Amino acid sequence: MKHINKNQIKQDRWQTRTSGGNLVDKLQAYRDLHAHALFSSLGRLIASPFASVMTIVVLSVAISLASGFYILVANLQQLTGNLEASNQISLFLRDEVSNAKAHSLADSIRQNQGVQEVKLITKEQALEEFQAYSGFGEAVKALEKNPLPFVIQVLPKNSLENKQAIEALLENLKQETEVDFAQMDMQWVARLQSIMDVARRGVRSLSLLLGVGVLFITGNTIRLELHNRHDEVVIAKLVGATDGFIRRPFLYSGFWMGFFSGVAAWFIVTTTMLILKQPVEKLSGLYDGAFHILFLGFTETLALLAISSVLGMAGSWMVLHFQLQKLKPE
Amino acid sequence: MQRPLLMHCLSKTKIAMLKFDNVSMRYPEVGDVLRNVSFHLQHGEMAFLTGHSGAGKSTLLKLIPVIERCSRGQVLLDGQNLNKARNRQIPYIRRKVGLIFQDYKLLQDRTVFDNVALPLVIAGYGHNEISRRVRASLDKVGLLGKEKKYPVTLSGGEQQRVGIARAVVNKPPMILADEPTGNLDPELSAEIMHLFEQFQQVGVTVLIATHDISLITQMNHRVLKLDHGQLIAS
Ligand SMILES: Nc1ncnc2c1ncn2[C@@H]1O[C@H](COP(=O)(O)OP(=O)(O)OP(=O)(O)O)[C@@H](O)[C@H]1O
Ligand SMILES: [Mg+2]
Repeated sequence: MKHINKNQIKQDRWQTRTSGGNLVDKLQAYRDLHAHALFSSLGRLIASPFASVMTIVVLSVAISLASGFYILVANLQQLTGNLEASNQISLFLRDEVSNAKAHSLADSIRQNQGVQEVKLITKEQALEEFQAYSGFGEAVKALEKNPLPFVIQVLPKNSLENKQAIEALLENLKQETEVDFAQMDMQWVARLQSIMDVARRGVRSLSLLLGVGVLFITGNTIRLELHNRHDEVVIAKLVGATDGFIRRPFLYSGFWMGFFSGVAAWFIVTTTMLILKQPVEKLSGLYDGAFHILFLGFTETLALLAISSVLGMAGSWMVLHFQLQKLKPE
Repeated sequence: MQRPLLMHCLSKTKIAMLKFDNVSMRYPEVGDVLRNVSFHLQHGEMAFLTGHSGAGKSTLLKLIPVIERCSRGQVLLDGQNLNKARNRQIPYIRRKVGLIFQDYKLLQDRTVFDNVALPLVIAGYGHNEISRRVRASLDKVGLLGKEKKYPVTLSGGEQQRVGIARAVVNKPPMILADEPTGNLDPELSAEIMHLFEQFQQVGVTVLIATHDISLITQMNHRVLKLDHGQLIAS
């Protein structure tokens, strides 16, 4: 008993020397640990540049596809956004219809109680407008005969809110013998808007898919890294490392991969937009010149980087969660 | 004022550092590897674990840092029932037990310093504290001045001493060694064993698995002998 007590006291002395380190020290150590994991994982990424570049290229292509489509739709939306769905009906008259006939038709339509406003565009007015805005001015001057028809623009009364009533009016107007064909503006604006809607949804699901792709690509890369560092992980576990400690450097690896892929994707998208900028603006100048190409803005860039980094971390977390559970020392 | 200290000593002495209570261990593929093993080690005791190859020595040692869990019975480490330990408690149990391996298990791409520092980094010690303790630990095993070397550049005996330095660097109350001298010549083996005795002398509980009978007989310590999973001498 006496012998044991002596040993106990010795051991207490051995132990008391162990319990050092105040709170500030511990906090500092914790910060050091994170900083170390952050930079050592960056170091490892740089140490095997080929593998890292391969992964980052694949990831950045996926991310730039998603963000590229996003910005494309944003641009298209800008183009179509100021088009309002009006209920206006355009009547294109037959070629042989005379000036007088056109005017009398316009007057008779004006009598219709469902109609609020009628505007007649003569052949000459139409040609002028076309010359001014189409960019084909010189070519039009070379024409012997004005190829454009009379157009009567009919604005239905607001009371005709519902679609059926407007469509009935349209049908009615179509019956007129002078009318070659009738068109409701609303139709194509509505169609365009629903196309845009489809495009937006498409981009959203595509982004989701690509995001899942990014998750799994980083996951797989981390799985390989974990495999390469298997011995290290096992030894760390044997000397008392928590899963959190083991996970940390791999999570940072995932973070860096995601982050760099985000940066690369930003460059890919922005370069593509720069290449498109000139021709697009030239094209827009030929029409009314109101269109300016949209780039990824500040918030969008931040979001892009944040999402890529989070996806990278999430991908590695996912793999680590399952692999570390499976992994037993030996 | 004396009472609490006395109580503390008495309560601690009642709790053995390590206690096996009717422990059986079964691998589904091979059957029972340990059968009704019971023994205990007091704080600061040093013992050898011996027996033929396949007797179950390594298996017995693996139960202590919960690398494996026993199928029946109880293993108590410093009073804590390891059967009931949750997975997230295991790292903290392992920090109480310094492990030493026959194949050293050093990280080949890290320096001696980094290898020894690992348990301290894991336990969250600060920079200066780590530096001080690693040096003290390397000094104890006689390797001061080799911090910057890589394990491959060291001899077997030196590598094993790095392994020992790592095992004791955070001053665990217990050291477990599985064939620590298996790859070393008799002279180096004796040196390593002497090192273990020094740790015992400062109060560390030491359990060493080995089948080096001559080494055991040279040293006057308790011997636990396993035969086909049964403890036949303690
Ligand atoms: N992971 C395992 N799965 C199945 N059986 C195992 C496992 N580990 C050990 N065994 C079996 O348990 C028995 C005891 O093995 P153990 O390694 O404990 O023996 P040992 O006494 O350390 O032998 P040695 O002196 O050769 O190291 C052996 O029959 C072995 O085949
Ligand atoms: Mg063995």
